[in-house]
Amino acid sequence: MLRVLAALTPGIAAYAWFFGPGVLIQLGLASLTALLAEALMLKLRDRPIWRSVGDGSALVTAWLIALSFPSTGPWWLVVVATLAAILVAKHLYGGLGQNPFNPAMVGFALMIVAYPLMMSRWPGAGAAMDIGQAGALIFGSHSVDTVTMATPLDTLRTAMHGVETKLSVETFLQSRPDLHAAWKWIAAGYLAGGLWLLQQRIISWHMPTAFLVTLIALAGVSSAIDPSAFNGPLFELISGGAMLAAFFIVTDPVSGCTTPRGKLIFATGVALITWIIRHFGGYPDGIAFAVLLMNVAAPLIDMYTQPKVFGLKDDQGSRHD
Amino acid sequence: MNAYKEIILNGTWKQNSILAQLLGLCPLLAISATFVNAVSLGLATILVMLLANLVISGLRTFIPYEIRIPAFVLVIASLVTVVDLAFNAFLHDLYLVLGIFIPLIVTNCIVLARVEAFAAKNGLAASTLDGAMMGVGFVWVIGLLGLIREFVGQGTLFSGIEMIFPRAHAIQVLPESYPGFLIAILPPGAFLVLGFMIAGRNWLDARANERQRQWLLEQRMPRANTASERG
Repeated sequence: MLRVLAALTPGIAAYAWFFGPGVLIQLGLASLTALLAEALMLKLRDRPIWRSVGDGSALVTAWLIALSFPSTGPWWLVVVATLAAILVAKHLYGGLGQNPFNPAMVGFALMIVAYPLMMSRWPGAGAAMDIGQAGALIFGSHSVDTVTMATPLDTLRTAMHGVETKLSVETFLQSRPDLHAAWKWIAAGYLAGGLWLLQQRIISWHMPTAFLVTLIALAGVSSAIDPSAFNGPLFELISGGAMLAAFFIVTDPVSGCTTPRGKLIFATGVALITWIIRHFGGYPDGIAFAVLLMNVAAPLIDMYTQPKVFGLKDDQGSRHD
Repeated sequence: MNAYKEIILNGTWKQNSILAQLLGLCPLLAISATFVNAVSLGLATILVMLLANLVISGLRTFIPYEIRIPAFVLVIASLVTVVDLAFNAFLHDLYLVLGIFIPLIVTNCIVLARVEAFAAKNGLAASTLDGAMMGVGFVWVIGLLGLIREFVGQGTLFSGIEMIFPRAHAIQVLPESYPGFLIAILPPGAFLVLGFMIAGRNWLDARANERQRQWLLEQRMPRANTASERG
């Protein structure tokens, strides 16, 4: 788990470079909350505290939450989400290895349903603020309107579904080249970390590949048919944390599928549902909902994709029932 | 007397229509966003259950066994119509808020379940008490659920109380700047809070059972014996 944290650092570095140190404060808040909540639950459940806290799984959850939340949101947004993730989604279901849902995504889904407005106010790029400004935004005053803006997905969505202004992807990207560049670098950071995880054999190639290929294929075909209504593949990949999802969220070893074929189906499903929610749903980004929906399906997929046991005949080995 | 005690305990706790039998969840989840709405619907349900059990218990010897269900539904539907019209006449604002859920009491499975399982087989007094107590069990659960959801969701208590007592006002418990927790008011919040309440009931029951087991063990075994075993 510590290597997963290390793999996240290039993306975090790019994030902090373009959007200021707010994200570092959020990471600190989430980590602290996660460790305290984890220790509390382990104590309540009479489990060894230091060994389980030390495995870093709570930290990975915390970091994923902090990275998928707007970096200038109020402090309690991340804290409440982390508490929900660790206390409810992880430990009430039996702790690490038992949770059927991805804890970080439960935290995200809870907060985007509860606070859709706050969750879609992201810092504008180029408005790189110092640590004092970021701290003031996170811990104090409500005068955030000057530096925040909706996510690219959100803006584009409003523009595309609006009656009067039909704005194509190209014009949008041209109007905000700074933002585009920033998200491209952050996505590249996650990609680099993810490739290192692959090289370290911590994650297998199945899930990231299936996720990215599905997303690219859907975006490519749909934007070729109607460019004014759908995003192109590049935009789809760099926005809304798709790259983070591909290597760090979908690949959660506990709540996802475990068989090789199952992993392919799982990640394809997540990408498909994400794309559907992005374009036809009520929320700007659907990765969290897509992951949770596929988490529900994971046990069934696993059951039907059991690999053949070596040495058994086809009719016996194809399924274990 | 003991039988009546049993009926009261069954209705409010042991066979609680929601926490134990998980019956009638649709109105429970839909109407419990605020305490006032929840308790109003709960009181209407108590009234219907009490009267339905009373009437059916009185008529139980006349209703042929084969067509008892249509007959029960007919009685319940008439009573619900009475309650529905009464709400419309005397608590009109509240009637507009509760809307379809007052007529829907007729489809609430607790009502039919108690009529079928209890009133059709027991005397007048016991049946009336059973209907009332099952209703009380419904009311305290839906009321608590409404209280929790309203408090977490918008930081107030008794919002909408002016629909019943025009002079009264809702109490703002948390400061005005409380951003609210929208999910508590939305349907997922109802499921989550109800889940915690059922877990809480199971925990209390498990603890009580454990205590009773310990007590029985100590009754059966001489104290010196257990002490030596432990030592």
